[in-house]
Order: sequence, then C-alpha cells, then structure tokens
Amino acid sequence: MSQTRQSKKVIPGFGLTMGITMSYVGFFVLIPMISMALQAAQLSFKEIVQVATDARVLSSYKVSFGCSFLAAAINVVFGTILAWVLVRYRFPGRRLIDGLIELPFALPTAVAGIALTSLTTDKGWIGQPLSHLGISVAYTKVGIVTALTFITLPFMVRSVQPVLEQLSPDYEEAGRTLGAGSFTIFRKIVLPELKPAVMTGFSLALARGLGEYGSVIFIAGNKPFQTEIAPLMIVTRLEEFLYGQATAVAMFMLFASFMIMFMVNRLQIRAARFVEN
Amino acid sequence: MPPSQTVKIGAESRRQENPFIKNALIVISLLFTLLMLVMPLLVVVTQAFGAGWANFARAVTDTFTVKALQLTLLTTVIAVAANTLFGLTAAWCLTRYRYRGQSLLITMIDLPFAVSPIIAGLIFILTYGRLGWTHSFLEAHNLKIVFAAPGIVMATIFVTIPFVAREIIPVLTARGTDEEQAAVLMGAGFFRTFFYVTLPHIRWALVYSVILCTARAMGEFGAVSVVSGHLRGKTNTLPLHIEILYNEHHYREAFAVSAILVITSIVILTARSVVERIAKKEVNQSVR
Amino acid sequence: MFKRIFTMLSVTALLTVFTATARADQELTNVSYDPTRELYEAYNTAFQKYWQETKKEKVTVVQSHGGSAKQARSVIEGNEADVVTLALAIDITAVEEAGLIQKGWQKKLPNNSSPYTSTIVFLVRKGNPKKIIDWGDLAREGVGVITPNPKTSGGARWNYLAAWAWGDKEYSHDETKVLAYIKKVFDNVLVLDSGARGSTNTFVQNGQGDVLLAWENEAYLSLAERPGEFEIVTPPTSILAEPPVAIVDTYVDKKGTRELATEYLKYLYSDEGQRIAGQHYYRPSNPEIIKEFTKYFDLNLKLITIDDPLLGGWETAQKKHFSDGGVFDRIYTK
Repeated sequence: MSQTRQSKKVIPGFGLTMGITMSYVGFFVLIPMISMALQAAQLSFKEIVQVATDARVLSSYKVSFGCSFLAAAINVVFGTILAWVLVRYRFPGRRLIDGLIELPFALPTAVAGIALTSLTTDKGWIGQPLSHLGISVAYTKVGIVTALTFITLPFMVRSVQPVLEQLSPDYEEAGRTLGAGSFTIFRKIVLPELKPAVMTGFSLALARGLGEYGSVIFIAGNKPFQTEIAPLMIVTRLEEFLYGQATAVAMFMLFASFMIMFMVNRLQIRAARFVEN
Repeated sequence: MPPSQTVKIGAESRRQENPFIKNALIVISLLFTLLMLVMPLLVVVTQAFGAGWANFARAVTDTFTVKALQLTLLTTVIAVAANTLFGLTAAWCLTRYRYRGQSLLITMIDLPFAVSPIIAGLIFILTYGRLGWTHSFLEAHNLKIVFAAPGIVMATIFVTIPFVAREIIPVLTARGTDEEQAAVLMGAGFFRTFFYVTLPHIRWALVYSVILCTARAMGEFGAVSVVSGHLRGKTNTLPLHIEILYNEHHYREAFAVSAILVITSIVILTARSVVERIAKKEVNQSVR
Repeated sequence: MFKRIFTMLSVTALLTVFTATARADQELTNVSYDPTRELYEAYNTAFQKYWQETKKEKVTVVQSHGGSAKQARSVIEGNEADVVTLALAIDITAVEEAGLIQKGWQKKLPNNSSPYTSTIVFLVRKGNPKKIIDWGDLAREGVGVITPNPKTSGGARWNYLAAWAWGDKEYSHDETKVLAYIKKVFDNVLVLDSGARGSTNTFVQNGQGDVLLAWENEAYLSLAERPGEFEIVTPPTSILAEPPVAIVDTYVDKKGTRELATEYLKYLYSDEGQRIAGQHYYRPSNPEIIKEFTKYFDLNLKLITIDDPLLGGWETAQKKHFSDGGVFDRIYTK
C-alpha cells in the first residue's frame, strides 16, 4: 500500500494500526473466505455459472435485491427522520424510543420473524385491518420488505445519530438568521454533513438485507418464483449435501454485495478527500 | 469544516424553527416506531407472559436456559471486547491517512454484513471442521474449534466485526484530520493524540457502536446455529435454545426466553441513557 | 499486534478448558431431529436408570436437535455424535457416505433400524368444515393446504411421497396424471415453510389454511397445545415413516463408547423403550406394545413403505423427486 508522503509524516501510528487491522481482517475474514472459495472451486467455472444463473436462482436474486433495496430506501427516509427527531427534539417517550432502536438486533432473527408474521397475517393485529383494505402483508413480498425494514432499521438510525450529535445547530441558526427556509437549510447545511452517514447506513442495510434468512423465512411464504429469497437457495442446496453448489450461489451473492459496498465506500472516500482539499 | 466546532447538543436551545415541521416529524417517528418496533415487542411480551408469571419464571430458570445464558454472555463479552479494540484501530488507520486500497480495506471490514449468516457459519465449518483444510492439524493437537465454544465465539466475532469500525469511520471522516495534525505538530505522540484529541470526539459513536455490537452479538442466531451443533447444555446459546423450545412446541417458553434478551438489551440501553445524561452535564459545565 | 496475540491467547485458553472438561464422565451424544426432544428426554432418564442398575455406572446423555439434514451435516462436518437418530434413512446414508458409519447399518437393528415409526395425517380445523378425508381432497379448488418445503424439510418429503403414492394408485400409474394431481395440491399450498414446525405454526397460531399435512406425533402435540380447536383426520392410506437410528462408528471408536452406544440403541427396542415412544405419539415397532396405544393409532391404516417398488427406496426417490431439476422442481415453473 503506497501512501501520500505528507499525511504519513504528520500523524503517527500508521504501522501499528495498519498491522493490527490487517492481521485481524486476515484471521477472521480472509482465511474463512478463502476456504469458501476453495469449496466453490471444486466445480468448474462453467458449472458455477450454470448453478448461479439457474432460472429459479435468478428470480430469487430479483426478490432479494428488490426487497432489500426497498427496505433500505424506506429506512433512509424514516431512519433519518427518526435519528433527527431523537437528537434534536425533546418530547415525551423520546428515551423509550431511543431505547427500542436496538430491539431488532437483540431479538434473535427467528423470533423477530415469528412475531412479525403473527402481527401481519390476516388474523393479526396489523394484518387484519389491512386485509379489509385488500392488502396482505405476511406471505407476500410486502412481508419480506417489512421484515427487512425491521431488521435493518438500527443500521440507519445509529449511523446517522452520532453525526447529527456532532453537528452543531449553530450553522442552521445562522442560515435561518440569513433568511433561509427550513427546506433550504436542510438541503444546503444538514444534508451534506449527513450524506456519508446516510450512504453508509444505506449500503449496510442493503447488504444485510440481501443475506438475511432467519426472519424472512417465516414471513415470506417461500413460494418459488414469487417469494423465494436467495439465501433459501443456498440452504436448499446444503440440504442436499451439495457444498460446491451452495458456495457457488453464495459466492455470486457475495460478489454482488461486495461491489455495492465497494462503490459506496469509494464514493465516500472521494467525497471526504474533496472536503479536505 | 472549521476546527473550532464544539460539541454542543443542547436541543432545548432550539429557536425559530417551524413548529409545524417539528411536530410532523415527531408524529411520523412515533407512528413508524409504533408499527415497526412497539408492536413486535408487544407480541413478544404478551406471548412471554400469556401463560402467567409462574410459567415465565419456570421457563427462564430452567437449567438449560441458564447454561445457554452463560454461554451467550461469555461469547458476547469476548466478541465485543475484541471488536471494540479492532474497531478503534481500524477506524484510525482508515481515516487518518490516505493511501491506495483504502476503499478495498473498508469493504473487507464491511464484508461480514454482506455475508448471509448461513454462509458466515459455513465458512468456519469449511475452515476448521472435519472437511476443512486445518482439520488434520487440529485433530493432531486435539483442538476443537467448531461444535465447541471457540467456534461460537469466532462466528460471533465475524458477524459483528464491522459494527464499531463502521460507526466511528463516518464521524472521523466528517471531522477531518486538522486537529490531530495540529496536536502532532505541537509534539504529541500517537497515544496522546488518540486519547486527548480523537477519543473525545468519537465518544458517543463509540458508546453507540459498542451497544449495537453487544445487542447483535447476543441475538446472533444464523451463523452460530451452523457452528454450534446444538449440544444441549454445552454449545447452545440463548437464541439457539429459543429455537429448540419453539420447535418442541413450547411456544410460550420460547417467547419467555426471548424476553430475557429483550429485557437485557433494554437494561443496557437505560444504562447508556444515564451515562449519556451525566456526561452531557459535564460537558455543559466545562463549557461554561 | 498485542491485540491479536491477546485474542489468540484467549482462544487457546478456551480450547484448553473445553478439551480438559470433555473427559470426565461416561458421556453419550445423541444427535437427533426436531420433534424428538421430549421423547429422548424421557428415554434418557429411563436408560440412565437401567445403566446404573445393570452396569453400576453413571452416564450423561447430551442431546442435540435440529432439522434432520442439517443435523446429519453437522456430524459430517465434525460434530462428534455417538449415535444419530434422524428423520430419514437418506440423512444417515449421507453420514455413511462421508465414511463415518459402516455400510449396512440399516440391517444391524430390527425393523430397518427404526425402533418407532410414524405416518402422515391431516390436521384440520374443528368440525372439518372443508370435509377433507382423503388425499384427493387436497387438490380440490378452494382448499388451503399447509406443508413445509420438501427441499428443506425431511418431514415434507414424506408428505409429498404419500400424496404421490395415492395419486399413482388413483390414476393407475399414469405419471402425467399423477403429476397434474401433485401440481394441483401444491397450487393449493398457501405457505411453504422451511421446516415442519414453521408449518405447524402457520396453521395453528397464524390460522392459515384448511389442512396441515403433518407427522402423526406432531399432529397430536398440536392437539395438546390448543385443545378443542383441531381434529386429526387419518386418511385411508398413507406412508410408513421410518425414522432410523445408527451408531457413528468412527466417533465411538475414537471415544471408546461403542458398548454404551450399542446398548443405548438396543434399549429403544425394550418394552420400556417402546412404551416411552408410544407415550410420545410415535408408533412402537413392537406389535404387542402398539396395541396398548390404539386410542391414538389407527392400526387399519394402509401404509406404503419407501422401499415399495413405486418409490424404490430413498436414493431413487430422492433423485427422481427432490434433486435439482427433479419432479418437485418441475411443479414450480414460471
């Protein structure tokens, strides 16, 4: 890794922190990942492509990507609003809400799936009124999006929250004094500061949503070509003891989410450099 | 961004803001939280206590529940401690310097989020299990990693690696490196710069991320389920124990044990709230 | 570097602790599938007493439960089970093919190594409002069927094969018609859960569908869980589900537990073992003991076995129906 001379000189600790980071990532991430690649390599390249692009598998990618994207987008809007409200306003119940944000992480995903399903079937507290309107949630794609929104909500809120807390309201007040409207202030002053955090939250939510299995499996209905998610295709192959095929599908998905996150990270680092210069 | 910016969170001092927007945002947040968080929580609670307090108490004091809880706590403590140290160093080395391959390294740290929990468990099996390439070495030294506690710890670490690093990086990126550069120019070393200049700014992010990491480590199900082998009283964590209760038609008991996780996380979060309030008071006083 | 060293040290410390404690008592690990936990809990107590009385030795049995194929996989991957007690013979065969169990294991114990059997029945809502009494009714329009996915659930493969066997007889071996029938049944399936328990939950707790295809023992558990809400319908014909048991040779030889493991499985066939199975709604294989449980089990039910020429044993059935691109995959086309 080559680095610009000037920054290395100024801040010490590069060798130490880089060394620790690389060995940790190597031990816990790279070595296990290589094992997976070795497993997939038991198949020929042609077989891997064949397995990973089977019609049913392709349709499961579509379901997984579509639903995770939607869930992440919902969280961009509501998660950011939630973080903003929690940091900037005082109202009854604020601490309670703040305390509930981590619930989706603390709850094992299977429990979350079971609880959400029982809420949203046509017999559930939320599902019943909706079913009168002709909307069914559980056992449809709407259900998958609901589960993924739930599971990935903490990513968004907790990415944005620390940045907002560091962001002094003084700038907004300055803007307001100069006569700017609320929307302009948000767009010109708050948004640029939030952008890296929102993008981080979005890409984390998207990536996490793609791989989620435990909760979705209960709410999805799992009908082939309709509500079958990609991780289920991996499990199906493992059930037949086909390790090579399972890892082939896994590699394909991993590559896709790796690329999404890689692009977001690159954009972010570029943006950071732009700000610095 | 000017380096003189202070940590000022006094929200009560908000003035001149359009009250309509404020109220609308609060209402939206409340509704969203009600639908997405409060309702599922209510389901868990009503199911957990639906068969009465005695039933709940029996489920949570069962020998195997207690053993599972112990394993979960041990795993969580190790995983969170390791990942916090790692997160701090990684965030530092990813934001304080510029070099090629930076985005690649960040993405490597993110990778565990992109890996389906099923695969996260499987890769450890494929590395340290009977089919793995380290197996003959481990067997020769009578070491057991998967289907034993070390494997569970490793899988949990893997799943929660990005949390701390990922929370701190945006904050450090937003701050820029001016202050550290100034500190170093004034003669401060690495540790001094870190503890006196950087750490105060990332304190909240650190607290959030540790809590996030703890919650996730305690609740992790998918990856651990693959490496555990479900040996009752030995390698069952709390989430796995819940699954077994559920599969055994002990619906209410399963929710009762889930309630332990929920209650624990709420206790941790309340503790955070208290610490937060005290800390803010201190900041305000020192500012005055 | 210090942190990595710290992590390594703590992992090593843990390893020592865990390898050190592993060698204390006579210990037996039984890797089983999902719904057998209470059966084996009761059985283990009985066996511990028996072992104490005959051998004057204390034995602890460690239980492990999960989906059948997943459990088999964990044994293949290094989960050192002394005995496996799974839902399907093919899952034990997979362990055999991994070289951990000797060939011919299924002949080592009576009744294809299945000390207890079960079958597939229909769980319907009180009063059977949709009048579901035989396999043909599942294909009727407007009947909501709940079954797990045969690709991910061992139990569901029995459901599917039982329906297939009925169809084969009904349409006198015309495979196109049988396939059309199966397709209709699965068009009626509202939710394809990944496991048997998930399906039961969908039907029982979430109120979906009119009929749940379930193991007989699980259907009785649901009756006990929510009394007065459901009824069990035993169709005139069904399939004989034989959950087999076997010793994992490689691991018992490594640990020196062969004798204990052998006795543990043999005792399942004793009168006491058989009665415990019956009390947990599994059909005892002993023809005398099963008569004590006629209030649960319809003994006139005609049962087809997996080794029937129609199905041709697990290997053939698995390959034809459930493998990638098999008959089951053809039911679901875009």
